[in-house]
This record gives sequence, structure tokens and C-alpha cells, in this order.
Amino acid sequence: MSAEQSPQTLAEKVWNAHVVRRGEGEGAARQPDLIYIDLHLLHEVTSPQAFEGLRLAGRKLRRPDLTIATEDHNTPTLDIDKPIADLTSRTQINTLRDNCKEFGVRLHSLGDKEQGIVHVVGPQLGLTQPGMTVVCGDSHTSTHGAFGALAFGIGTSEVEHVMATQSLSLKPFKTMAINVEGTLKPGVTSKDIILAVIAKIGTGGGQGYVLEYRGSAIRSLSMDARMTICNMSIEAGARAGMIAPDETTFNYVKGRPHAPEGEDWDAAVEYWKTLRSDEGATFDAEVFLDADELEPFVTWGTNPGQGVSLSSNVPSPEDFEDENDRQACARALDYMGLTGGTKMKDIRVDTVFLGSCTNSRMEDLRAAAEIIKGREKDPQVRMIVVPGSARVRLEAEAEGLDQIFKDFGAEWRFAGCSMCLGMNPDQLSEGERCASTSNRNFEGRQGKGGRTHLVSPLVAAATAVRGTLSSPSDLANVPVSV
Amino acid sequence: MEKIITHTGIGVPLRSSNVDTDQIIPAVYLKRITRTGFEDALFAGWRRDENFILNQEAYKHGSVLVAGPDFGTGSSREHAVWALKDYGFKAVLSSRFADIFRGNSGKQGLVAAEVAQSDIELIWKELENNPGTQITVDLESRTVQCGSISAPFQIDDYTRWRLMEGLDDIGLTLQHEDAIDEYESQRPSFKPKTLPAKTA
Repeated sequence: MSAEQSPQTLAEKVWNAHVVRRGEGEGAARQPDLIYIDLHLLHEVTSPQAFEGLRLAGRKLRRPDLTIATEDHNTPTLDIDKPIADLTSRTQINTLRDNCKEFGVRLHSLGDKEQGIVHVVGPQLGLTQPGMTVVCGDSHTSTHGAFGALAFGIGTSEVEHVMATQSLSLKPFKTMAINVEGTLKPGVTSKDIILAVIAKIGTGGGQGYVLEYRGSAIRSLSMDARMTICNMSIEAGARAGMIAPDETTFNYVKGRPHAPEGEDWDAAVEYWKTLRSDEGATFDAEVFLDADELEPFVTWGTNPGQGVSLSSNVPSPEDFEDENDRQACARALDYMGLTGGTKMKDIRVDTVFLGSCTNSRMEDLRAAAEIIKGREKDPQVRMIVVPGSARVRLEAEAEGLDQIFKDFGAEWRFAGCSMCLGMNPDQLSEGERCASTSNRNFEGRQGKGGRTHLVSPLVAAATAVRGTLSSPSDLANVPVSV
Repeated sequence: MEKIITHTGIGVPLRSSNVDTDQIIPAVYLKRITRTGFEDALFAGWRRDENFILNQEAYKHGSVLVAGPDFGTGSSREHAVWALKDYGFKAVLSSRFADIFRGNSGKQGLVAAEVAQSDIELIWKELENNPGTQITVDLESRTVQCGSISAPFQIDDYTRWRLMEGLDDIGLTLQHEDAIDEYESQRPSFKPKTLPAKTA
């Protein structure tokens, strides 16, 4: 990179470092660039048709050594030593196993200690590193952007394309800076930041952009918290979210199984330190958020942009100026069984789900455990805790977190995507209301007729204690037994 | 991939914004391992409602879906495009598409035509007043025609060219395999490999 080059954003730097072949033409007529992919993550749902495509065309998997698979979307979280009861789930899992064997792909199967949600497993193994391009047939691949990687979800055709060529034809993304300055109040987490961002820019606001989260509030976050933010970039319509790597990032990666070692480590860190948006780099759009002002944020509706501060009320259709928004609000309220004007904190839930690629890491489990420790669960609420990976589960058990959850009356499950999308038996029933640390509150997402409120792990835990949507500060008068 | 230059078929007015891919095809249908046969899964939740647009005789055999803004948001599942295609849809009109959905459509030969919301409103009215009206989507002139309404649509040049030529993505890329070899030979040694497998 020469000194005369104009200032670049983080996303542009990572992009430019992966151009195999620049698309011909200029401006709007410019054809897509061919971009090299450093890491391809696979799971059982979006890969079978891609493998089928390879086989049909007689093509090889180009780089098995840059590919890794795990079973997560429809694996059970109970009785994992027994055959999977659901026939189609079992078929999909078995198909992945057969395909991985045939094409020489490393696979972490159910029961393996590295099995888990693909976006938890990659970082945990040290396979996700700054400056990489990471793809997976899953929209929450944006999670890996927390490391300063350019990471995004792709469709099954693209999965097949990466399998065959280790590259993708892509048009450059636009860039949007999300500046979050200030200090989060106690009880406010990175989940609240991202829910507030989505409510601010809307579910389509990030469309066509790579979001770069920056500012003092972002820099102060742990890697687990950064992953939560980047994870939900897609819910704002963005293709990817990124955070410039720093000492927090390097410390997280260092010593992990696939982290560089020795001279490679030094060379890697030297390069990683260049991965930040240059002074004077221009973004196509900018958004500002004041961290000091943020409160715990929860959704009331059926898309992740329909959220409010936990201390406020359910909106009414007439609160919206736009006719489409009014209709969307009315429809969402009807589906959610809510009336405008109701205090969010008066909403009673049936279930609390702590898990998903958004919030199922050690920090999430620790934060929730700290809230519930010594407290009693509301007897009418069921709480399900699903660690993001088998390793997270083991680590949590080593710290005794499982016992805290069990003593509280929560169900301590095996790792997987679970109730986030209900492809396994973990589903909501018709009309059942859930405070969920996952990422999507779409109609029927967690089970047909299920009603989802997206919340942080802290709000999930406090809600399990009180039975109504609550923040930790609402527990001041709830007794704690030692 | 089949070439598409122009398509004419019955228009289906879907007066909903933010139609996410969980609505287009609920997750329970993603467990299949084939590439075809998803027609029953399309809008499965909504189709249980007998008043849903595709349950109405006049629109049942539609092939051009006319939807509200932000179509195809949410999950990256390409099954959403397969389900639309398997059902018989050749084109979707919306004022705004989610990026991944748009990308998936182009690769599968489904035309995602970006039409101004004001024109969508006119087309909705036309289709509702005259159920069964046909829409012509013409990639050559980038226009849609519905009754007396003629409206331009946006589609990027590259996707349009590929749709009109019916070109397969992987074959196109493999024409540049030497460039991939060249790039690979220069990747830094610190970049991680998944094999041999290392665990903690």
C-alpha cells in the first residue's frame, strides 16, 4: 500500500486485500470483483444442495483446509446421545456427515466438544481473525466482523461457488459508520446498543452497507459483546458489521488453537494493527448514538426494528406518521396480542430463552447467572439456557454456572441454535410469549404463533425472576438468598 | 440456467412490507436436502388463511409477485427463491429488496425488479380491480407493463446480462482460475487453516 493512496475505511482495506481480479468497467457499469475467501463455515441446512451441485457438475471442493463444518441448526438440545427423533432433521445431519466425509471437510458433530453454533465455534477455535474474509450460508455470519474481518452471509448458490472456487463475485459494499460515544450505564449492554441502532435506522437502513461500529463505547466492549453487536447487523439490513481490531481482539485470539504462533503471530499483529479506518476516510453514511443515554432496549413487534426502551410503553398505530408504519404496527400488535399504551414492564412472559449466536457465550451466561443467583424464578415462567457451543457448556460447568441455572429452576441444555429458530423440538406454542436473547422476532420464528420479545441476557434473567419484562434494576426489592 | 428476456404472467398483489424470508418459507421447510419441490412451502404460514392472496382463484396461478418495500429481509436462506420459483414465480416487483435475497434471485433466474413504490401502488390497484391481469416484465427495456400502466424498473447491469444470457456463476469464475492460483500463492503464512484440526 503506497503512502499516496487516499484514506480508506476498514472495510475497504479488507476488501482490497482480497481482490483476486478487479471487475471490468468503471462506476455503475463496473462488474463485480472476484474476492478471495479465507474461511468458509458450513452447517447442515444450507450446504446439502451446494454439495449436490458440486457432485452434479463433477467439481471438487477447492480448499478443504479453509473449510469447516458443524451441526447446529436442527440438533436437539436434550438426549443428544439418542438418534434424532425428527426424520428430516436426522436426514439433514446425516447428509452433512456423508458430504463432509466424501469431500474431506472437518466436521464437529453432535457430541464432539467443539460442536456448536457455527458463529460461536469459529472464533472460539481461533479460526476467525482480523482482516479475513469469512462466509457462511447463514445471515448471522456478520458476527465474525467483531474481529475486523469482512464476514457475511451467503445463499446456497454462493456456498457452492465458494466450494468450487474459494472466491465470490461481489460488488463493493457502501460503508456506514455507526459512532457510539460515551459510557453505558450499569445494566445496559451491547445488545441494547444494537437494538437501539436498528430501531434508529430501521430494518432496511443498512441495506447495501457494511457497518463499522466505532467510538469509545465500542472500544470498551469485550469480544463477546462486540460479537453480539456485529451479529445483528443483518437485522438492520446490512450485509456485514465490523469493528477495528485492537488489543482486546489480539488478546482474545492469542493462544487459541488456530491462532498464529511465533514469527507468524508477530507478522499477523503487525498487519492487524493497520486494520482501522484511516484519518480522513469517508463513509457513505454516518450515524451517531450517545451511549450515556441508552437504556435496556426490548422489542414489542414482529421485526427487530420495532423496539423501545424497556421503561416506555407499547406504541400505538397512531404514534406513526407513515401509513405503512401504522399498518405494520397494527398488524404487529395484533400478532403479539398487545395493546398500544401498555407499559413494556407490565408484559408477562411464559418463557425465557437464553441462547443463540447473538447471546450464548460465556459472558452472556455469566451475566445472567449473576442476576439470578440466589433468587427464585417466577414459578409460571420456564427458562431454557442453551450454551452456544459444547465448549461454552463445558466452561460454564467448570465455573459452576450450570448449577446456578439449575438451582434457579432453568433448563440447562446442550449446544445449538435451538429456540432461536425452532428447527429442533425447542419451539414456542401458539400464543406463547417469550423473552429471548436471540436476534429475530419475526412471526412464527420461534414456533408457529409464538410471540418473541428480543432482550439482552440481563433483561432475560431479570424477566425470569419477575415474570414480566424487567431490567436488573427492577430487582432491587427482590430478596436474594445466599 | 434458463435465459429470461421477457416474461408475461398473472400479477399477484401482496400488500405487505417487510416480507421476510421466514414468511416466504418458514424454517421447518429448510430441512430438505434437494434443490426442488418447495412449492408447498411458499408462504406456508399465510396460506393457512383462506383469504390469503394465493388462495384466491384469480391469483392462484400467478407468476409475477408485486410486493411492498423491503422484500426478502432476514435470513439468507436461498430456499426463499427456490420456493418462489418452484411455485411458478418468474419475477418479483418491489420498491426495495434485501441484499442477500436480491443476490440469490439473480443467481437462480428469478427477476427481482425494483419498481418505484408509487408505481407499485398503481399496479396493486389495477390487479385488485381486475384480478387475473397479466404483467409483462421486459429485461431488454427494463419496464413492466400491467394493463395501461407502464413503469420502469431498476436492475443492475451485470445481473440483467446474466439473466438474459442464462449464465452459470461458477463457470464464469472458473474462466479466471489462474488468477485464483496466483492470489493463493501470495497469501501470508499467518492465515489460519482448518486442517490439520487443532483443538484446545
